[in-house]
Amino acid sequence: MKLKVATAWLGGCSGCHMSFLDLDERLIELADKIELVHSPFADIKSFPENVDFTLVEGAITNNENIEMAHIIRKRSKFVISFGDCAVTGNVTALRNFFSPEEVITRSYIELSSNKNKTPNDYSNLAQLIPTARPLHEFIKVDAFLHGCPPTADQIWFAISELLEGRLPEFQNIFLRYG
Amino acid sequence: MAIVTLTIDGIQFSAKDDESILEIAKQNGIRIPTLCHLDGLSDVGACRLCLVEIEGWNKLMPACTTFPIEGMVIHTQTEKLKKYRRMIIELLASEGNHQCAVCVVNNHCELQDLAYEVGLQYVRFPYLYPKKHVDATHPKFIMDHNKCVLCTRCVRVCHEVEGAHTWDIANRGINCEIISDLNQSWGSSPSCTSCGKCVLVCPTGALIEKGETIAEMEKKRDFLKYIVTARQKREWILNMSDEE
Ligand code: SF4
Ligand code: SF4
Ligand code: SF4
Ligand code: FES
Repeated sequence: MKLKVATAWLGGCSGCHMSFLDLDERLIELADKIELVHSPFADIKSFPENVDFTLVEGAITNNENIEMAHIIRKRSKFVISFGDCAVTGNVTALRNFFSPEEVITRSYIELSSNKNKTPNDYSNLAQLIPTARPLHEFIKVDAFLHGCPPTADQIWFAISELLEGRLPEFQNIFLRYG
Repeated sequence: MAIVTLTIDGIQFSAKDDESILEIAKQNGIRIPTLCHLDGLSDVGACRLCLVEIEGWNKLMPACTTFPIEGMVIHTQTEKLKKYRRMIIELLASEGNHQCAVCVVNNHCELQDLAYEVGLQYVRFPYLYPKKHVDATHPKFIMDHNKCVLCTRCVRVCHEVEGAHTWDIANRGINCEIISDLNQSWGSSPSCTSCGKCVLVCPTGALIEKGETIAEMEKKRDFLKYIVTARQKREWILNMSDEE
């Protein structure tokens, strides 16, 4: 039976997912072994039940991420922090020097090309929490895949271990930050 | 100086009693992780990564500032020590702002290497994300407090080797920081000779050269041994007599 696998994209730049695509021909091998039940690669809106493992990219940076993290935890057997932003906050946490208001004003008003327009009402969108933080500060995480982004070889090692029913332990060449 | 016999990780050695346990271990191929220690500078026992267990002593001792006595039995790799070493790296990571991916010394950083050595999978303590400043007032160098692990190598090299004593330490605990002269900007420091020694010995991306970009800066931290050996052996005098 194929394993049900999901990937999720929280407060990250999608670079970890791009690196996932660098698995190249290994993706074909993978396609025979897993069923991708939720992912930015697949257009599936809701997060399904009974997922065997989920790779989560990105830090927790807004209230929607928190909600999603809890859903992922409830519905996945194993949750893997996927990349440095999920593990440490990393680049997403660079915004922690400023308040959420300063960040929003800078990125959506000061740097916007139509400065003269009154900004829209953002209150219906996901709200930034005071600081972007690692995933494991919110939910239990079973394994950590480091790197910004993790290399295809690191990702392949992690997935191969998970397909064998083992939690990957990153040591030596596979343990690298940045 | 006397010769003593001691045991490290089950192996007996004879050693001089004026050499630290760290030096003795190193001479005999036993690796003890260090951060504040640098060959050529005095030892201050600041980082505690080199802690070892000594039988019959109720405290863990830093190997870099502890000297052997006859019959000492030392352990350098116990589970307890591994736990503390990992905890030290976790605390250093959580009380600074380390984003290796966008750091000038990425892949050439002693803190990163230590994180790998202790097998750091993640940091269990909540990250503080402190608001620290970056001093870019010096014409050649930058001091980025976000990456400073307070090892005081810069303080020691500037005082002990360059003789300028530009750097010092202010405040205590979590507010502890490195300051230049009378807590003024580095650029306005009258004592700094711009020799760059502090930049070269800094284990992290806290002290860097201007104009370097991500992962570009590789430091030559062992340059000190040439200066210090030359000074100890008065090599310039030898060279002069060679010429005669
Ligand atoms: S100083 Fe070292 S640990 Fe800190 S961000 Fe730079 S490379 Fe990473
Ligand atoms: S550049 Fe030289 S003199 Fe200036 S602070 Fe660094 S070590 Fe001291
Ligand atoms: S600036 Fe560098 S050398 Fe100085 S205390 Fe901080 S980490 Fe150590
Ligand atoms: S190397 Fe001994 S305390 Fe830092």
